[in-house]
Amino acid sequence: MTIPPVPPELYLVLSAVLFTVGVIGALTRRNAIVVFMCIEMMLNSVNLTFITLSRFLQSLDGVIFAFFVIAVAAAEAAVGLAIFVMIYRSKETINVDEVNILKW
Amino acid sequence: MAENVAIAFQWLVFLGVAFTSIIASILVITRKNPIHSALFLVLTFLCVAVIYLLLYSQFIAIIQVVVYAGAIVMLIIFVIMLLDLEEELRSGLKLLYSKVIGGVLMVLFLFGIIYSVVAKSPTGKLGSYTPDKLTANVKAVGEVLFTQYLFPFEIVSILLVAAIVGAVVLSKKRT
Repeated sequence: MTIPPVPPELYLVLSAVLFTVGVIGALTRRNAIVVFMCIEMMLNSVNLTFITLSRFLQSLDGVIFAFFVIAVAAAEAAVGLAIFVMIYRSKETINVDEVNILKW
Repeated sequence: MAENVAIAFQWLVFLGVAFTSIIASILVITRKNPIHSALFLVLTFLCVAVIYLLLYSQFIAIIQVVVYAGAIVMLIIFVIMLLDLEEELRSGLKLLYSKVIGGVLMVLFLFGIIYSVVAKSPTGKLGSYTPDKLTANVKAVGEVLFTQYLFPFEIVSILLVAAIVGAVVLSKKRT
């Protein structure tokens, strides 16, 4: 009797679950930093999909794409957190419901 | 026989790490204190790094630990400590109808994804990078990155410089 290896579907389902948890967090939490963490989690789950498919299709393009996603996430983290610090300085809060200075 | 043991071990690692990462990610969105959320986010990222190792992607696993769990979450924790976030801790998490509706819709969305994933397994032309070839993963990734994807790589370096300059300009005190 031989045990079958872990199928790609399970990796994809795990990635879907992580993505959904991230979206639920981004929709329900009002603290901008927690929303930001949920967005990082969603990026990460998409990376997992890329790596899984590139492994099972025996290609390296997905790995390269995941590398670029990580680089863009790092840039986004630097700029996003600087924006949070600036909003906090002017509004004394980073609750996303109360930050509405762009609304007209 | 030896192969069976290896595959059983793979299943064991996969299931353990997958459940840990799901539980940690749920804890990220349910903790009131953002510091706790950030620490559980580190746990989620480390679990996903282990899964990358199972998928023969050592390079991305290391990058994940260094850049995500190391640099980005560190930056998030620093910003949490810079700001005074007691407000949500005092008022607690409120459960609104809109949040419940959003959550239920997202669970339906999850079932949609799972159905589409399970109904049809991934197909396509197989490339040349078999697992045997990926034991020298960093070498293979470097060769592709610095030949075929050299131009996007340079663009990313410009993007990172622009992001650093932008962050400095944004967080500088107006005089």
